[in-house]
Amino acid sequence: MTSLPADERIAGAGLLRRLLIRPELGSVVGAIAVFAFFSSQSPVFRSADGVANWLDPASTLGIMAVAIALLMIGGEFDLSAGVLTGTTGLVMVTLATKYGWNLWAAMLAGLVLALAIGFANGLLVVRTKLPSFIVTLGTFLMLQGLNLGVTKALTGTVQVSGLRRAEGYDGAQALLAGSVTVGGVDFRVAILWWIGVTALATWVLMRSRAGNWIFAVGGNEQAARAVGVPAARTKIALFMTTATAAWLVGSIMALRFTSVQANAGIGQEFIYIIAAVIGGCLLTGGYGSAIGASIGAVIFGMADKGIVFAGWDADWFKFFLGAMLLLATLANRLVRRYAEEVRR
Amino acid sequence: MTPPLLEAREIGKTFGSVIALRGVSMLVRAGEVTCVLGDNGAGKSTLIKILSGVHAQDSGEYLLDGTPVRLGGPREALDRGIATVYQDLAMIPLMSVWRNFFLGSEPVAGPLRRFDVALAKRVAREELRAMGIDIRDVDQPVGTLSGGERQSVAIARAVYFGARVLILDEPTSALGVKQAGVVLRYIARARDRGLGVVFITHNPHHAFPVGDRFLLLNRGTSLGQFDKDAITREELTSLMAGGAELDDLAHELDRHGVAGPAPAEGSAAEKEPVNGDEPPGQGAGGEPALGRRPVED
Ligand SMILES: Nc1ncnc2c1ncn2[C@@H]1O[C@H](COP(=O)(O)OP(=O)(O)OP(=O)(O)O)[C@@H](O)[C@H]1O
Ligand SMILES: [Mg+2]
Repeated sequence: MTSLPADERIAGAGLLRRLLIRPELGSVVGAIAVFAFFSSQSPVFRSADGVANWLDPASTLGIMAVAIALLMIGGEFDLSAGVLTGTTGLVMVTLATKYGWNLWAAMLAGLVLALAIGFANGLLVVRTKLPSFIVTLGTFLMLQGLNLGVTKALTGTVQVSGLRRAEGYDGAQALLAGSVTVGGVDFRVAILWWIGVTALATWVLMRSRAGNWIFAVGGNEQAARAVGVPAARTKIALFMTTATAAWLVGSIMALRFTSVQANAGIGQEFIYIIAAVIGGCLLTGGYGSAIGASIGAVIFGMADKGIVFAGWDADWFKFFLGAMLLLATLANRLVRRYAEEVRR
Repeated sequence: MTPPLLEAREIGKTFGSVIALRGVSMLVRAGEVTCVLGDNGAGKSTLIKILSGVHAQDSGEYLLDGTPVRLGGPREALDRGIATVYQDLAMIPLMSVWRNFFLGSEPVAGPLRRFDVALAKRVAREELRAMGIDIRDVDQPVGTLSGGERQSVAIARAVYFGARVLILDEPTSALGVKQAGVVLRYIARARDRGLGVVFITHNPHHAFPVGDRFLLLNRGTSLGQFDKDAITREELTSLMAGGAELDDLAHELDRHGVAGPAPAEGSAAEKEPVNGDEPPGQGAGGEPALGRRPVED
């Protein structure tokens, strides 16, 4: 401790550093760069129609990335989140078409199932203390098998379809899979859900007790427990949140296409994690942001559609993702180091 | 006489085949500092983890205000006014000072029961200042604080949340002479506010100036509990395993004009007091600001 007055010691490390230490900085810079790049390649990309077009994949991915970001800040992974979007969609469509359920009831059944799976994931992780990577890898494989096995047994094919005929379809479709027209351009309504989810998650993280607990259990679970944070409850709730997001996205997708493939969602789980990491989440937990994960999803959406707009082969998408991931994580790390050094 | 705030009788604890504690008794009274001394692995941390509800004892009795209790967990200990600052798990480095300060006891406001961030920041700043802790910015991550600042924040937090018993696990072990002195001052301040303090250390030169009672542990067993007037600093030092040898080593190294090794730095500093005009509390031997009563009687 020095005898300098408090103000003098923080002088010179003001606004710029405060901005730099934000976890989402890397993703913001990345998003601007990617936007500038594709805009220069294709005028359609930067038109309102183009924006509506690439915000669409960003929205469903963003909902998942935000939930995964919360879970990662809480120090855990969920590899079953992708395939769970398929499971909830399959359950909903099967109940509504094969068993004649009202669509809303079928959706509710999907939610109950998702919550049960999220709870089981969380309980297994906190009880066994096994890494969530392994536990949810197990759930992932089991769900993958179930999705295929049950769908084949029931329909003889690898998809369920015909949701349009279900009772209550029109209302649900408008709510989750419709579009809103702004200035003559159609935007998917899922974009609104995505913004809502991001806003809610940000509020929870920054302005609620639960948010403080999420950072704490991810930063140092034992220390958190020692000051009375309900660590197990927080983690289980996070897994259930991820599952709820998977249900929301699964329902949006099912209503949009009125059918679900038995292999839907498989392979997406890593994309969610990548978006969250680009958005500033540490793989080790305890640090990250919901807005960052959303911006990570925007980068994905832009790359996904931008490559098409620019007239390139879609194969380049994966290369692009890998490069983005490396660049963003490197930038995040450098920035964090710099910010912490300035503080000393 | 009122019963002691906290009492442990013949506490025992095993981890599988490891006997971590056997027949250890101790006493904590309000406004007094009970020091627990012992070498590495003596069982100090295990003992205070039992007191703070992290572990349950396998044998013996644990009494609060004279009544036997069995704590269900750290939360229950906190609710009963027993706050602990751990050696290994004190705070969460990536979280800001104010978030750490209120972790687990966040103030809420409004119909949504939101975390009252403005209140949390203000109270954290005020409380730290009231304890004389000068933190640059309560928004900075705890990981960027020095070790002494970190311990001080944890102590201020415990005092603010109305702890009656404050348990500190080696708060000074990783600190330099000055920083250790700062922490010792906060211990004295907490004691003066009427808290019962349990201070774990393996440095008798840190313990002696603030302690009212000394419990010595060696390989899981108690070497006895001594009141301050029943033991001298020299006796305390030599009772500690290896303490005497370290002292000799310090003497020897001093003669050759080399600074003493880290574990003996307290004794080295004591023999050659640093400039008297520095702020109080700088010496690990803890002179002026530390004691209500004379340090050496
Ligand atoms: N959870 C545990 N499982 C198994 N053994 C343990 C556990 N906790 C402590 N021990 C053992 O109990 C003994 C006492 O450990 P403890 O941490 O209480 O020592 P300590 O006096 O705090 O030492 P130090 O000065 O190094 O902090 C050690 O031999 C340690 O290995
Ligand atoms: Mg210890």
